[in-house]
Amino acid sequence: MIKDWALLGIVLLLLSGATFVGRWLQRQTSLALDQRSVNSFNSRVNAWWFFTVILGLGFFQPTLTVLLFGLLSFWALREFITLTPTSLGDHRALFWVFFFFTPMQFLLVALDYYDFYSILIPVYAFLFIAARVAISGDFKRFLERVAKIQFGLLVCVYCLSFAPALLFLKCKHMDGSYANARLLFFFVTMVLIAELLQFIFGRLFGKHVIAETVDSTRTWEGTLGGAGATAIVGLALYWATPFPEWWQAAAMSALIAVMASAGAMTLAAIKCDRGEVSTGTLIEGHAGVLSRLDAVCFAAPVFYHVTRYFFGLAGS
Amino acid sequence: MITETLLTWIARIISGASVRWVDSQPDTCQRVYFANHTSHLDVVLVWSSLPTEVRRLTRPIAAKDYWDRGYVRSHLAKVFNAMLIDRQEIKVHQSPIDMMLREIGNTHSLILFPEGGRNPEEGIGEFKSGLYYLSKKRPELELIPVYINNMNRILPRGEFLPVPLLSSLTFGPPIWLEAGEPKADFLARAREAVVSLKDR
Repeated sequence: MIKDWALLGIVLLLLSGATFVGRWLQRQTSLALDQRSVNSFNSRVNAWWFFTVILGLGFFQPTLTVLLFGLLSFWALREFITLTPTSLGDHRALFWVFFFFTPMQFLLVALDYYDFYSILIPVYAFLFIAARVAISGDFKRFLERVAKIQFGLLVCVYCLSFAPALLFLKCKHMDGSYANARLLFFFVTMVLIAELLQFIFGRLFGKHVIAETVDSTRTWEGTLGGAGATAIVGLALYWATPFPEWWQAAAMSALIAVMASAGAMTLAAIKCDRGEVSTGTLIEGHAGVLSRLDAVCFAAPVFYHVTRYFFGLAGS
Repeated sequence: MITETLLTWIARIISGASVRWVDSQPDTCQRVYFANHTSHLDVVLVWSSLPTEVRRLTRPIAAKDYWDRGYVRSHLAKVFNAMLIDRQEIKVHQSPIDMMLREIGNTHSLILFPEGGRNPEEGIGEFKSGLYYLSKKRPELELIPVYINNMNRILPRGEFLPVPLLSSLTFGPPIWLEAGEPKADFLARAREAVVSLKDR
């Protein structure tokens, strides 16, 4: 119990600090800071507050957390498909994707049917989408169109659903009735910290850009340095995790950081390909749920399965 | 009243529309909003994206053969105060333009889709001449171009179930019929006003 409050307290303290710094930076006109990066920092901090509230609810109402993640997922998928060109032949397939597979995935997560939700999308949905698009009779660029819908469903729904699934994961070394909520809280906190640290390290030490054409600010120094720093933060929070050894908490944190930047890179590539300019008016104002979630989407399934494999109760 | 609020919200949720006014502002003065037409939801969408006090004074023009069928549709048409025009029986004596002008009087605004029907292809079709005759009789009406983006993917022609993607609506600066402007030139200019909003 004390661990729950301690973790919650630390996160709230960090968030308040970040909010304060953001507001302070906004008022400093003399520092000649790039106002856009200050604004993007502030919108990120706001997203963190939102996450913290959702996850705070997770301590008391796991089902509600699953529902909220489901809504986020729905919205992210909406943005993804809007960004991706689909043709009229895909309409019926998309209808099933939005109104059957997405709610079904989260329903199964809430009911804790791991055997079913872990394959619902990669097996049933993927084959269904291909067949449904074929039935529509439009074969132009068939594989490309099918792959777009499948990828959107995989990233926005399947991957993201493993974050709330952490609430039902049984581990060997779990203590207290809120240990699962704490695991989810730890996971999301580490993703957000990883993003922040990679940003800071990139700014301070960044020299070698990974892929200039995709993301001109993401550097090897930022990614690896950020991952290392995230591991140290994870180490400091090791008491709150179900990992029995200190180095395991650090290694899991580094894993989260690496996956988070992989997710951000992937989404950046998709956005570059689609040309954000041409679709800017569509997502403008909603400020992109998907671009806040990209890191979580990639890190969640990997974190879930590695935890399950090494630390999960056998047969659970 | 309740249906109106409900309908507005449903339209907004389904279409996920972000509304922008480029070089123009919502106003209760008499106007004609003209937009590209790609789905049945367009009528409701443009109407519901106007601010409440403007919306109350705005009457969409809708096809009688679609909106008059069945209880639900005709009830909905009543809620958003639509003016139903018979597309099949356009006669010289009872021209729809005269009817529109009679109905709006000196207070109401209009929403119309000058392509005449939903455009199945990408891009915007040629405009029918209604907009021209309307302006010729009432040249002081402000003509506001509206560009609807992505609705053809949300509810394509021939489908009855919408897919909840995001769309956007752009309201542009007003245009007027110039004195002595030929019909074809005016219609091309009006169409261009809608097309140019695509990239704004």
